Amino acid sequence: MVNPADTTVLGALADATERALREAEIQLPPDVLAALQRAAAAERDAIARQELGNILENIALAGERQVPICQDTGVPVVYITLPPDVPFSPALFEGVREGVRRATATIPLRPNVVDPLTRKNTNDNTGAGMPAVHVTPGDRFTVTVLPKGAGSENVSRIGMLLPSQAAEIPRFVAETMLLAGGKPCPPVILGVGIGGTFDVAAALAKEALLLPVDTMDNFEAELCDAVNALGIGPMGLGGDTTALSVKVKRAGCHTASLPVAVNVQCWACRRATVEVKR
Amino acid sequence: MPPGDRGGEALNLKTPLGDEVLDLRAGDTVTLSGTIYTARDEAHLRMMEEGIPFDPEGAAVYHCGPVVQDGRLVVAGPTTSARMNRLTEFLIDAGVHALIGKGGMGQEVVEQLRGRAVYLALTGGCAALAAARMRLSGVYFEDLGMAEAVWVIEADRLPLTVGIDAHGGDLFRAVREKAKTQFHQRFNIKQDTVS
Repeated sequence: MVNPADTTVLGALADATERALREAEIQLPPDVLAALQRAAAAERDAIARQELGNILENIALAGERQVPICQDTGVPVVYITLPPDVPFSPALFEGVREGVRRATATIPLRPNVVDPLTRKNTNDNTGAGMPAVHVTPGDRFTVTVLPKGAGSENVSRIGMLLPSQAAEIPRFVAETMLLAGGKPCPPVILGVGIGGTFDVAAALAKEALLLPVDTMDNFEAELCDAVNALGIGPMGLGGDTTALSVKVKRAGCHTASLPVAVNVQCWACRRATVEVKR
Repeated sequence: MPPGDRGGEALNLKTPLGDEVLDLRAGDTVTLSGTIYTARDEAHLRMMEEGIPFDPEGAAVYHCGPVVQDGRLVVAGPTTSARMNRLTEFLIDAGVHALIGKGGMGQEVVEQLRGRAVYLALTGGCAALAAARMRLSGVYFEDLGMAEAVWVIEADRLPLTVGIDAHGGDLFRAVREKAKTQFHQRFNIKQDTVS
């Protein structure tokens, strides 16, 4: 028998997930939009200016028409903050799945989730272990969604560097974009995870994409400069703007290792946080 | 001014396309109007087996898997063209004069286009902008599903950049080569360690 409290949580979380997805898919966060506008104003290459102009026009049109910014509506990556009085239960995961199913039908989203080997589409953007749901303790009950497109996810990389190679991190990050070229729909935002273990570095890189893009510390700015020096430009057609921002998250690691993960995000850095109503 | 319009300085192409595409050069800005046909991986494979369901002479093929709802295009931005590198030659042989997509294509396609056709880049992710300039007018191979069917679309001045011209000019390759040089200079790399 299902606990009545769980049913309430499930419904409220499904509602919040659907709302967060709608907001994320249709409207870019203000910090990302501002970064694109600054890039368009500063860009010196004529083709790159056109590409950035099309992107800004597209964002405005998606808002006017209330349609998704991009037809690759991604796969949802979901982060929940859980206050002490809400139990950690299966209802959290089922609530998110229900919200994703509803959003797929109502926004609508392209059904993107398939079995990895048979490639059979589930048609509702859920699947085994999908969407990924990450739960952390917090003061408020919130759900954050980060719909992730495949073009940029496919060129993300992880490197198990040696402890003596810390100075080579900028090279690894720039090399990731050199190999990616125009494929991830630049200008990109790079989430970089440094330290932890193999898996933790990748998770940190993705979490870094949730950070505001309008500030960078000196190290992040150095990485961003190294990427922009490549001149790949918007869509790989050349120009000053290859990365809008680079964000770094760190964790302690084994004295014998230095994991570095780069999660590449296209210009459509879609994310939204909604408070779960109780 | 309509969405994506850059003030009218661009050449406006109309389908069916003719020899005017041979005059284009990589880096040129154009707009394109008229009928275009979407095709991704599955549609290419089906057409190779069963034939091309539309008149390919002077046609434009759009690498796109749109979101369609109730017979209406919701959003329809370009997909990564390189996935179709090995599936494209039969279209060019049949008379297709333009490919539209994002990210550019492989050297084999650059050679196939020579003297015959061009590759036009549409800004990746601009799915609402593209749909605002398109109207759905038909479909082939609907059984392949929403993303993979061949949708017939009437386009109105799609804003495009010539990525690969009919003379071997490839803007994407030029940018990639420059990026490689920059990378090697900045990180002081003597020999090529990047695959």
